[in-house]
Amino acid sequence: MSEQQHDVRLRVNGSVHEVRVPARRLLSDALRHDCGLTGTHVGCEHGVCGACTVLVDGRPTRSCLMLAVSAVDAEVTTVEGLTEPDGSLSPVQQAFSDCHGLQCGFCTPGFLTTIAAGLEDNPDPSEDEAREMVAGNLCRCTGYQNIVKAVLRAAEIKAGS
Amino acid sequence: MTTKLFGSKVARVEDQRFLRGQGRYVDDLLHDDPRLLHAAVLRSPHAHARITDIDVSDVLDVEGVVAVWTYDDLAGPMAEPLPLLIPHPALTHGRTQYALAKDEVNHVGEAIAFVVATDRYVAEDAVALIRVSYEFLEPVVGIPAARAAERLVHPDVPGNVGARLEQENGDARAAIAAAPHTLSLDLRIERSACTPMEGRGTVARWDPDTGRLTVWSSTQTSTGVRGCVAAKLGLDLAKVDVITPDVGGGFGVKINHPWPEELLVPLAARTLGRPVKFTEDRREHFISSAHERAQEHHVEVGFDDDGRLLGLDVEFWHDHGAYTPYGLIVPIITSTQLLGPYKPQSYRVVFESLYTNTVMVTPYRGAGRPQGCFVMERTMDAIAAYLGKDRAEVRSVNFIQPDEFPYDHGLVFQDGRELEYDSGDYPASLAKLKELVGWDEFEAFRAEMAAEGRRVGIGLACYVEGTGVGPYEGAHVHVETSGKVKVATGLTTQGQGHQTAFAQIVADTLGVRFEDVEVTTGDTRRMPYAVGTFASRAAVMSGSAVHLAALRAKEKALRIAAEALEANEADLEIADGVVSVRGTDASIDLGTISVLSNPLRYAFDEASKAATQFSVGDPGKPPVAEDDEPGLEGRDFYSPERATFASGMHAVIVETDPDTAEVRILKYAVVHDCGHLINPMIVEGQIHGGVAQGVGGALYERMAYDESGQLLNASFMDFLMPYVTEVPASIDIDHLETPSPLNPLGIKGAGEAGVIPSAAVFAAAIEDAERIPITAMPISPSELFDLRRAHAASPASEETP
Repeated sequence: MSEQQHDVRLRVNGSVHEVRVPARRLLSDALRHDCGLTGTHVGCEHGVCGACTVLVDGRPTRSCLMLAVSAVDAEVTTVEGLTEPDGSLSPVQQAFSDCHGLQCGFCTPGFLTTIAAGLEDNPDPSEDEAREMVAGNLCRCTGYQNIVKAVLRAAEIKAGS
Repeated sequence: MTTKLFGSKVARVEDQRFLRGQGRYVDDLLHDDPRLLHAAVLRSPHAHARITDIDVSDVLDVEGVVAVWTYDDLAGPMAEPLPLLIPHPALTHGRTQYALAKDEVNHVGEAIAFVVATDRYVAEDAVALIRVSYEFLEPVVGIPAARAAERLVHPDVPGNVGARLEQENGDARAAIAAAPHTLSLDLRIERSACTPMEGRGTVARWDPDTGRLTVWSSTQTSTGVRGCVAAKLGLDLAKVDVITPDVGGGFGVKINHPWPEELLVPLAARTLGRPVKFTEDRREHFISSAHERAQEHHVEVGFDDDGRLLGLDVEFWHDHGAYTPYGLIVPIITSTQLLGPYKPQSYRVVFESLYTNTVMVTPYRGAGRPQGCFVMERTMDAIAAYLGKDRAEVRSVNFIQPDEFPYDHGLVFQDGRELEYDSGDYPASLAKLKELVGWDEFEAFRAEMAAEGRRVGIGLACYVEGTGVGPYEGAHVHVETSGKVKVATGLTTQGQGHQTAFAQIVADTLGVRFEDVEVTTGDTRRMPYAVGTFASRAAVMSGSAVHLAALRAKEKALRIAAEALEANEADLEIADGVVSVRGTDASIDLGTISVLSNPLRYAFDEASKAATQFSVGDPGKPPVAEDDEPGLEGRDFYSPERATFASGMHAVIVETDPDTAEVRILKYAVVHDCGHLINPMIVEGQIHGGVAQGVGGALYERMAYDESGQLLNASFMDFLMPYVTEVPASIDIDHLETPSPLNPLGIKGAGEAGVIPSAAVFAAAIEDAERIPITAMPISPSELFDLRRAHAASPASEETP
């Protein structure tokens, strides 16, 4: 038996990717394996860890809980799309480096996308709000203290730029 | 002038690629190779069963399926059991699994069949079509069932006992019998697991043109995997390269090798002539990698009026799961490191390592130390309570004193060497910790909180950690003709920032710019001699090795420079990659020295013209001297006599909710001594992460097996790893730097430290808040709630005597 394939046009980080996928293909797998954007990582495949978080029309979304075919017409932003056009780090990325907010780097893309969207909603978070902003993402390395610092630092960089 | 980088908070070089989404983890590799095949594994749904038939006939009809393997398809060494990596004379009944189950399965998750297809989705579809007939056997789950031995995991292992090991220093039982005071305690720790965010994964590519196999694995030992793959596939070592790419956390579990998939993927790649990838999913990680921690302990202790330990007798039972590939490392560490910073006048310890029909056990960050620390520190608290003394004071009278190093415990450690501490200053650590947490002011705080109707408690716990165990690590430092420095060390990296820390050492030692140093880890093509990353050993072992290798490169650079500059070596100095003669303008850069170090026949660029045979060398001598070799390189190995012992102390203040029994962390303090710090930012990051894992282990994480051997919480929904909302908002950290005399840089390991005292320190603080003995960890709010009710019903039966 042959699985029905769908031609899907994905718009990711401002580029168009034409992919041919079965209906069941997860957006996370399509991004990683069909679009070659391996910066999005898969930590649990059940929507709990947040490593695969991407922005779908600007909103943080677990790409392991969304089918690629349902991302048609959406504008998807992955970690690769956070980097500035000139290749320099965006405020959130820079803040993670400044504050040692990452160790193995596996969960990091999900935090970066989540925070990038979070700071759009709330550009000047308090420490509690910063904590709340990342409260749905798991990290096994850092203990989170430096991630919270990085949220505040990112807000500072953004405000200064 | 080059600034000293050792000891500085240098920003990590690896961050640049990770932050841009340009890290390369094993599942990222070969993603655009159209020939890449994907593997999926059929795993046992039963904890204990005989396999009577495996029918794969439906599988091959699935479009996209390329091959399927079961045990019957394996031959030669692949059909033998997986290696018992760390044999020990006491492990009289060691057992390991087969790459694919042969006739029986011994835990839920054991690999039975291996399917390779064009797509992972299709491979999983195919796995679901394999029909296995089982004859069910009753499983053995948990330590009590294993000890009762009414049923056996392996029919030829009597009593389910894989090993029994006893060590004694002095006559502990006689000392206890003669002691003025004695106590008995029963203490329990449950199963947990490393749970890195990235699971296991392996990719292999067979090159038929060269007859060469390349394997990428998210392992903590690429040389270990290389040896196993070569042996199992019958390949010469020289035909196998193993590369560890970026790894999404390890915490111990990835040191075990070879996993079945680490052999089956290369086998499939060679057989099919196409690259093959296996990436573990989260459920697979829960049920088919490894766990740790589960132990039950009985303590008998005799002490004097000051709380001084006269005799300590500990018996414990270690649940090692279905197989023992990693030998007895975890219980040996518990049995020795239990002693912490203390010097009991006599000590006896005996353990039994037991089989159960659950996932096997290999080291998880801390590796038996959290259990040992829990046992020792609960004992200290019990003694203090019994004598009505301050808990810090009872610890103080038992400390090994700074002038007593090296201190020999009269026991054998996990590396087969004497348990001899090299250095430390425990009284100074305790003084710092008391200050940091406000130990002496706590009763006033307790009263203040009580006045508001709030219940708080404080606990402390001390540990000593043997780090940097042998046998060795090596490093290779190569100064290229561009002046860039390429460094390779063989152990692997899982997020510890080795590329930064080792570059700091090389930049300082060699006298070059940090930006010019590039470090490669875990690539057997670059450094084929290595052991691996475990036991907080990377900084000590490879840090020392890169230092020694850089020194060798420096010696050579100075020798060549002296000749070129017609100066005395003693008058030379290196800074920012330039060798100069002190007090003169004469200088030569390392790139040019590198050119001169390699006599050439052929010039390949402008710089290399300087090294051709008509430009360089004494025509009366061989171009490469008899005791020399071409190239500006240094290679060296560090192999210490024994481990170096780091130490630390944690304290926590908790608040327990009178209604919900929820535990809130109000303050967390750490005093840490890992000798000289290479990069304090990285060390503090390690402590933060360790504490978070410790909080998980103390309050949230457990492997919930039911009596039939099903793991009920094999997902991140149900296995409660801490989010930011569960960890302390900040951790107060103070460092003590007692250098190790055993290595050239005076460093000790730091990776595991943060997690070791967590169960102990939380148990102490909760006990202090609640005035109820806490003897088992982790503890959930509902368990604390039940303890309160039981204690209210019959306080005497719960009380420590």
